[in-house]
Amino acid sequence: MKEHVPHPDLPPPISNVGVIGWLRSNLFSSWLNTGLTLLASYLIYLSVPPLIDWAFLRADWFGDSRDACNSGGACWVFVNVRFDQFMYGLYPAAGYWRINLAFGLLVLLAIPLFIERFNHKGLLAAAILFLYPVIAFQLFAGGSFGLEPVETTKWGGLTLTLILSGVGIVASLPIGIILALGRRSEMPIVKSVSVVFIEFWRGVPLITVLFMASVMLPLFLAEGSHFDKLLRAMIGIVLFQSAYMAEVVRGGLAAIPKGQYEAAEALGLNYWKSMGLIILPQALKLVIPGIVNTFIALFKDTTLVLIIGLFDLLGMVQTAITDSNWLGFSIEGYVFAALIFWIFCFSMSRYSQALERKLHTGHAR
Amino acid sequence: MAETETARDPNTLSEDVVIEINGMHKWYGEFHVLKDINLTVRRGERIVICGPSGSGKSTMIRCINRLEEHQRGQIIVDGTELTDDIKHIDQVRKEVGMVFQHFNLFPHLSVLENCCLAPIWVRKMPRREAEEVAMQYLEKVKIPEQAQKYPGQLSGGQQQRVAIARSLCMNPNIMLFDEPTSALDPEMIKEVLDTMVELAESGMTMLCVTHEMGFAKTVANRVIFMDGGEIIEENEPETFFNHPRHDRTKLFLSQILTH
Ligand SMILES: Nc1ncnc2c1ncn2[C@@H]1O[C@H](COP(=O)(O)OP(=O)(O)O)[C@@H](O)[C@H]1O
Ligand SMILES: [Mg+2]
Repeated sequence: MKEHVPHPDLPPPISNVGVIGWLRSNLFSSWLNTGLTLLASYLIYLSVPPLIDWAFLRADWFGDSRDACNSGGACWVFVNVRFDQFMYGLYPAAGYWRINLAFGLLVLLAIPLFIERFNHKGLLAAAILFLYPVIAFQLFAGGSFGLEPVETTKWGGLTLTLILSGVGIVASLPIGIILALGRRSEMPIVKSVSVVFIEFWRGVPLITVLFMASVMLPLFLAEGSHFDKLLRAMIGIVLFQSAYMAEVVRGGLAAIPKGQYEAAEALGLNYWKSMGLIILPQALKLVIPGIVNTFIALFKDTTLVLIIGLFDLLGMVQTAITDSNWLGFSIEGYVFAALIFWIFCFSMSRYSQALERKLHTGHAR
Repeated sequence: MAETETARDPNTLSEDVVIEINGMHKWYGEFHVLKDINLTVRRGERIVICGPSGSGKSTMIRCINRLEEHQRGQIIVDGTELTDDIKHIDQVRKEVGMVFQHFNLFPHLSVLENCCLAPIWVRKMPRREAEEVAMQYLEKVKIPEQAQKYPGQLSGGQQQRVAIARSLCMNPNIMLFDEPTSALDPEMIKEVLDTMVELAESGMTMLCVTHEMGFAKTVANRVIFMDGGEIIEENEPETFFNHPRHDRTKLFLSQILTH
């Protein structure tokens, strides 16, 4: 009897590997693909070089008035001169260090969370969630420990954007989770309260919410009672975004097979334990893209506070471009604001992808 | 097998009743799915439940740990009657382990974490101890080396053995199996059945919904045949397979034994 000899592994054909192979299979695989490749190259040729020319090559970077801008390119001098206001709003310059310290502290506190071997992540996260906001608020608002008080109406620029979106993100996720669980509850009262809440806030535009919070709410409040405008805007944003978050989370909950609930029940886990240990970790992991999507939307939506007289990053840029000394440089202002927003949103998006990869445990769904 | 033989002798079985079901009925809406179920299970007994698909086998054993609610009659598990009282339900679930057709392992937790979870959170066992117990049972089902892996990285047979170990970690008195091998590829059925046979030999009270008649013949004290939501026939395996009394039982046996 003839013995079976295994076929040896052969290298793949040359045309499938290397640069040429990659080009052939990705850019020139068909006539249509070739056409699109050429069209795209032409569009890139048309747009990118002039952009680089404007933004970098012919741009003016340094100086302290519009006279420094005479080369016809971008006038980054404008951004340069206004930079502090874009970052800190109308906060007194003597107090910038307080804002820097608050954000620096946050970064420092957050670093260990990303260290694999750090063992007290839960404790630290709790400190960041509950202790840090108190410290940060003391720093921002002042009024104690010999710090000069600074009214919230002076908070602005990127600082305000980060405060609003930070609070929004941290508060809307847990509220959204509770609402999502409520909506799936078997108790009719809990269920209907959640449904009404979610559908109400999803049904009104954020602008309306902010208007109501700033214009109508004071009408109902007792004369002379003070209810901070920033706080009102925050509550509006949080409630609005929690409704969206609830629907995202609900999608994740619905995707968990019934068998998971049953296995948890059969092992004797009660409702909260099976939700907290089994269902939510899986559901949230499934909807990370949706959650981050909502975070990104929230981050950008904070710009709407402009209409109730709070000046976030975009608000400060808007104010700066109407300054009669700097008329005509609105493009630079908007490009700068866009770039800052993009950096934050893109980072969130990349982080969510990294998180998804890290949490993937080899089960296909 | 000698051990199994003696344990199977009805005279050596303890008189201790662990499950008692009296005149139990269940409806899904208008649909009368379980009709007048009466069943007494003594400690250490191994009961195989078979019957055509849709006959209510799963529903019946799921009533025993209250994954399904019955509407009439009585179910008493280890002295605790199943009612709406959440304390009773928790009590029963601590005593009753369940293995599902589709394993239902927690995919986001490692094998070891799957096993430790309930002992830690339900029995309040210290983590260290829970891990030791878990490793003990993983050794029993012969996969201690997979402890750090995730369920998605294991074969079906391995996953089902982990599921068995996970239930055993709660130290149950009674184990329920709902078609534990019917989602498995043929070459993996044996490893799971072997695990179950071993468990049977250790004296565990077992209720298995299965169509593995070989398992029924070697391990069961009693075979129960269900059809249309009723228990039609109930007998020792010997008599059940060789001299079925009812036509429906005969028909069913001829169908599953011929293919
Ligand atoms: N949640 C449910 N709602 C309504 N009908 C159900 C439900 N679960 C099962 N049934 C019905 O009850 C009957 C018995 O189901 P089941 O106990 O799963 O049967 P078996 O396990 O014997 O195949 C079937 O007709 C099935 O369609
Ligand atoms: Mg079934």
